Amino acid sequence: MITLDHCHKYFHKGSVNEVYALNDICLQIREGDFITVIGSNGAGKSTLLNCIAGSFFPDSGTITINNHDVTKWPEYKRARFIARVFQDPLLGTCPSATIEQNLALAIKRGKRRGLGKGVKNSERDIFREKLGHLHLGLEERLLDRVGLLSGGQRQALTMLMATMIKPEVLLLDEHIAALDPKTANQILGLTSDIVGEQHLTTMMITHNMKHAIAFGNRLIMLHQGRIILDVDGTEKSKLTVDDLLQRFYTVQGEELSMDSMLLT
Amino acid sequence: MTLYAALGAVEQGLVYGIMVIGVYLTFRILDFPDLTVDGSLPLGAAISAVAITGGINPYLSLVLAMGGGFCAGVATAVLNTKFKILHLLASILTMIALYSINIRIMGGPNIALLGTPTVFDAVSVLGVPPYLAGVVVFALFAILVAVIIIWFLSTELGQAILATGDNPQMITSLGVNTHTIIILGVGLSNALVALSGALVAQNQGAADVGMGIGTIIAGLASVIIGETVFGTASIARAFFAALLGSILYRLAIALALGVEFGHFSFNPSDLNLITALLVVSALIMPNIKKRLMQR
Ligand SMILES: Nc1ncnc2c1ncn2[C@@H]1O[C@H](COP(=O)(O)OP(=O)(O)O)[C@@H](O)[C@H]1O
Ligand SMILES: [Mg+2]
Repeated sequence: MITLDHCHKYFHKGSVNEVYALNDICLQIREGDFITVIGSNGAGKSTLLNCIAGSFFPDSGTITINNHDVTKWPEYKRARFIARVFQDPLLGTCPSATIEQNLALAIKRGKRRGLGKGVKNSERDIFREKLGHLHLGLEERLLDRVGLLSGGQRQALTMLMATMIKPEVLLLDEHIAALDPKTANQILGLTSDIVGEQHLTTMMITHNMKHAIAFGNRLIMLHQGRIILDVDGTEKSKLTVDDLLQRFYTVQGEELSMDSMLLT
Repeated sequence: MTLYAALGAVEQGLVYGIMVIGVYLTFRILDFPDLTVDGSLPLGAAISAVAITGGINPYLSLVLAMGGGFCAGVATAVLNTKFKILHLLASILTMIALYSINIRIMGGPNIALLGTPTVFDAVSVLGVPPYLAGVVVFALFAILVAVIIIWFLSTELGQAILATGDNPQMITSLGVNTHTIIILGVGLSNALVALSGALVAQNQGAADVGMGIGTIIAGLASVIIGETVFGTASIARAFFAALLGSILYRLAIALALGVEFGHFSFNPSDLNLITALLVVSALIMPNIKKRLMQR
């Protein structure tokens, strides 16, 4: 279980550019939760995932993973609990390394790296088997450099690398947004398969409300750094896009009326 | 060019080739332009010379020199990673500091190694003629260093070093502390540069505080020549290309110093200009090739 307790995050605190990116976030991610995360641009979705992953620390509040207080743990140290896939397919893989070298890097996530062989023969069989599930023919191309692959192939490989070792939580930050629609659907299908098979605890940011409703057991909506909606179970399965839009316009409307009150 | 001059150039190319392997490690693998080398080359020479004159075994003196070089690299990398100083500036700071440190180590700006034991004694005993001793010893060292580095980069740790240069975000999210990797890599690189300096000192019979000037430029020139001529299709190929690039570079310099146009000929002091022109031509060659192919 992962718990965020009263987390706050500012950027450029004290300057004219001050951004209050996370405002008192309290969130309990239960084991097996598949949470979809929505919200307008700049709502703080990526900041939330970055805070969990340790890319930066919250200004106040605590984060615990399986009863470890990881609030001050750097990103590389939290990696043994956390796997990530980014929007940019180029961020998840090493272009000048081969497919098998990339997978071998991933199979040691969070473990000590010593003077053993970088890619072991015993691992190659695992790689071929796992690549086979992608149906992209990559199992025949272990020695090809990853730079030769298309964006979709690289993102599929990144999904595989992220889940090679079961993480406590899988963080997906708009991981299909940079792909063409057909490839995006394939990667989405792959995501749902992998998460389902391994019962992975997952947070998936998406800007597609239909996807947010169709996938996962729980949905949260962020607005100006606050969680303004957190639904799960049957309540979530009954949600419609209209409900979400309504919700969204309500908060925006409140702000508008507040602004106009300030003006008068 | 006489055969004797050519042999001298090959010898230089091999011994400085060890330095070039170090430069390749930082410049290309870690994407960390490191000027520390201008200081760590004479550092290695100074440590080795002082150790040998103090009665220490010449091979052991090489190990000490490498230890010194490693520390110099660590200093630069720590300034960069922990204190957020730009890599170029961090390495210049270490380089400048090493100038003073090297003089302190030697007790003066230079130190002679006359009649002291050196690593060349062993091959002379084996019956290798003196004019070949340098080439044989340096070839052995250079090839050994290249093979060890290529093996190291194929290990789990080595693969993490390659990934750190390639995609630091990815390797961080796979649990690797990139700061540690950069400190290790830049340290290792400077250990090799110091080894190169120590061997040069033992060969020319002296260590001098000024012998490191232009090391980084010679290193880059060699790297670029090697890449252009021999390619970088694999890690093994890239490192041997760097080593061979070093030999080509020294041959080109020897050739340039030998040519005469009427009354004009190059001086050794023109070396920097020649090197700069070499690097420029190596850099623009791929472009020219491309344009010619399109015609
Ligand atoms: N590293 C950063 N430095 C400064 N400001 C940032 C940084 N990351 C995000 N922000 C700001 O924080 C706010 C939330 O950003 P983000 O979490 O990326 O939103 P989104 O919900 O679109 O993913 C935005 O105003 C953004 O400009
Ligand atoms: Mg975002």
